[in-house]
Amino acid sequence: MMFGLELAYWQESILRSLGVLVAVLLPAGTFVYVFLFKMVSFMQNRLGPMEAGPYGSMQLLAEVGKALQKEDLVPDKADRTLFKLAPYLVVATVLLTYVAIPFGPDMVFIDNEFFGTGIFYVMAVSSISVIGIILAGWSSASKYALLGGIRAAGQLIAYELPLVLSVIGVVIQAGTLDLQRIVIAQATGEIFGWGGIGNPFILTQFIGLLIFMIALQAELAQTPFDMPVAESEVVGGYHVEYTGLRFLLFFIGEFATAGAFAAIAATLFLGGWWLPGLDLEASYMNVVGPLVLLGKMMIFGGIIFFIRFSYPRLREDQLQRFAWKFLIPLALVNITATAILKVVF
Amino acid sequence: MTVTESEQLAYVAAKAADARVNVELETDEGMTLNIGPQHPATHGTLRIVAKLDGEQVLWVEPIMGYMHRGYEKLVEVRTYPQVTTLVNRIDWLAASCNETPFILATEQLMGVEAPLRAQYLRTIFHEMGRIAHLTMFLGDMGVQIGALTPMFYAMRDREFVLNQTESVSGGRFHPNFNRIGGLKDDIPKGWLEETIRVMRKMEAFCDQMENLLLGNEIFEQRTRGIGIIPAEIAQQYGLSGANLRASGVDWDLRRDVDSPMAWKHADFDVITHTDGDCYARTWVRLQETREACKIVTQLCEDLPSGPIMAKVPRIIKVPAGEAYVATENPLGEMGYYVVSQGDLGPFRVKIRTASFHNISIVPWVLRGVYVPDIISILGSLYFILGDIDR
Repeated sequence: MMFGLELAYWQESILRSLGVLVAVLLPAGTFVYVFLFKMVSFMQNRLGPMEAGPYGSMQLLAEVGKALQKEDLVPDKADRTLFKLAPYLVVATVLLTYVAIPFGPDMVFIDNEFFGTGIFYVMAVSSISVIGIILAGWSSASKYALLGGIRAAGQLIAYELPLVLSVIGVVIQAGTLDLQRIVIAQATGEIFGWGGIGNPFILTQFIGLLIFMIALQAELAQTPFDMPVAESEVVGGYHVEYTGLRFLLFFIGEFATAGAFAAIAATLFLGGWWLPGLDLEASYMNVVGPLVLLGKMMIFGGIIFFIRFSYPRLREDQLQRFAWKFLIPLALVNITATAILKVVF
Repeated sequence: MTVTESEQLAYVAAKAADARVNVELETDEGMTLNIGPQHPATHGTLRIVAKLDGEQVLWVEPIMGYMHRGYEKLVEVRTYPQVTTLVNRIDWLAASCNETPFILATEQLMGVEAPLRAQYLRTIFHEMGRIAHLTMFLGDMGVQIGALTPMFYAMRDREFVLNQTESVSGGRFHPNFNRIGGLKDDIPKGWLEETIRVMRKMEAFCDQMENLLLGNEIFEQRTRGIGIIPAEIAQQYGLSGANLRASGVDWDLRRDVDSPMAWKHADFDVITHTDGDCYARTWVRLQETREACKIVTQLCEDLPSGPIMAKVPRIIKVPAGEAYVATENPLGEMGYYVVSQGDLGPFRVKIRTASFHNISIVPWVLRGVYVPDIISILGSLYFILGDIDR
C-alpha cells in the first residue's frame, strides 16, 4: 500500500525508483544552484550565473547539456572497463544511501520491518564510493589521478571512523539504529520533562554533531580537506581524465552525497522530517515532511559550502594527524560520556 | 659566517650536481612527476620535473624556456624609444617597473637627468606597479593554498590601481609612459587626490588580507616552517627582493642605491623577516604593499611643480659606452646592462630579471618536502614566467 492506493508490486517498485531519482537529483541540483553558484558568488563579490533563465536558474541545465555534448574520451593506456565503471559506482553509492532516509511517516523507500539496520546500513554503503574513487584513480593511467585516488582512499578511510563513532552517541541515546525510530525518538523526547520541542539530539549530542560535520567535510572532499581533488596540486585528482557524461556523474555524485549526508545529519541531529507543532502521525506529513527535511538539509548544506569557500586546504599528513590524534579520541570520549549519562538518567 | 668565493662555487656546483635532471619516466627509486608546462600552479609554462617517493620529493629540477620570447635580441633591432614598448611585456603584472631601469641606464649613458617632477611621477608609477603586482600575489597565494575567495577581493581592489594608471597613460597593463629624459605627459587634473584615496583603499585591503589570509590558522599551518631558506643560501643563489628580505637580509636597492628616482625623498621602512619560510615571504610582501602605499601617498602630497621633460634631442642617439642600472622591482632586482656604440639603437642589452635567479633555488629548497608543499613554496617564491624566460 502506498498513499492509500492499491498498487501492484512492480508499480510500487517503479514509483520508488523514480522517488529515489528525484530524492537524489533534486537536492543535488538545489545545492549546486543555491550554494555553488549563488552563495559563493556573493561571498566572492560577484553575481554568479545571470544569463540562463531568471537569475541564472537554468544554468544547471545548461551545464548538464554542455557535459552531455562533449566527446566521450578514454585515455589510450587506461583500463577501459574499470575507467567506465568507476563513476557509476560512485553514483550508485548515493542512490543506495538515500534508500534508508525517511521523508515522512509513510515516505520510506524500504519498509521498516525489513530494514531495521538504518544508520548502520548507510555507513556501510557510503564506503563503497571509496572503491569507485580508487578505481578511477588507478584506471586513468595518469600520475595525478593516481596521487589523487590514493589520497582520497587514505582520507576516506581515516574519516569513516570518526563519522561512524560520532553517530554511535545518537544511537545510544535513541536506543535504535533505525532512522525512522530515531526521528520519532527525537519528536517524542522530553527535555527535563518538557516536551515542547521534543528532544532534538543537537542539544545533547553537540560534540557528536561537530565531529560528524568535520568528518563529513572530509568524506565529501570539500575544503579544507579537498586534497584528493586539489586543483592547484593534483589538478582535479582522480577525475582529471574524465570528460562529458562521466565527469558529470562524478559531479552529481559529489553533490548528491553532500545532499544525502546533509539529510542524514538533519535526521540524526535536527529531528528529520518532523518540526515542533506538527502532528507526527498525520498523513499530511507525507507531503510536508520532505519539505521540512529539505529545509533542514539546506542548513547543513549551507554550512558545508560556506566552510568550503572560506578556508584554505590542509596537507595530507596534517589531515591524517587531525583524524587519528584528535577526532577519534574525542568521538570515543563522547561515546563513553553518552553511555554513562544514558545509564544515569 | 664568511665564505670564500671558491667554497661558495664548490657548494653551488655540488648542489646543482645533486639535483641533476634525469627525465626518465620510471626509475627504481621512485615516480617521476612532470609538473607543468601546463599546470595551474606554475603561472604559465614552467616545467618542474620531480622525482617522488610516495608524496615526498627526492629531487626536483625546474626546466624553463617554454616562453622564451627573445627580448634581448629583439631590442638590438629597435631604436631606444621603441625599447620600452617591448620590455613592458617582461614582467607583465608591473609593466611600468620594467621600463624604469632601462630608461635610467639610457639616461645615464646620455648624461641626461629627468626633472624632479618627472622623477617623482616615475617613482609613483613604479610603486603603483608594485602594488598591483603584490596584490595579485596575495590573491594568488591563497589560491595555491586552496582558498579561492581572497583572489576575488585582490582582483577587485587591484582594479582601482589599474584605473589610476589607465587614466594617466591610457594603458591598463602596459602604460609605456616613460620617455628618455622624462615622461610622455603630465598627469590629469584631480589625479593626485584620487590616487591618495585609492591608496587608502589599498591599505584597507592590506588589513583585510592580513585578517583573511595570514590570520587563518590553516594558512599558518601550511606555510610556517615550510621551505626555509637561510640567509647565506639565499645570497649564494642570488635571490633578491622580498625572497631575500624574508630570509633576514636587509637589502633594498630603493634605499641602498642612489638613483635619480624619488625614493630618497620618501620615508619608508625596508621590511625584513627572520624566518625565511613561506609565511615570512608572504608577510614581507604584504607589508611591502603597505609601504608602497605610504610612498605613493607621500610623493603625491609633496609632488613639486615644473617641467616633466628634460632637454633631449628629437632623434635620440646614445653616445658609445656601457651602463648597468638595477632597480628594486616587485619580484626583486631587475637590471639592464646596455651597451651602446653610438647608434640609434642599443648594440646589446643584457636583462637581469629577478625571477630567473629566484627560481634557481627551487632544486635546493624543494628537496624532501611533500607534494602540496611544492605548490606553497613555488607560490611564495613568486615568479612570473615572462620574467624567467624573457
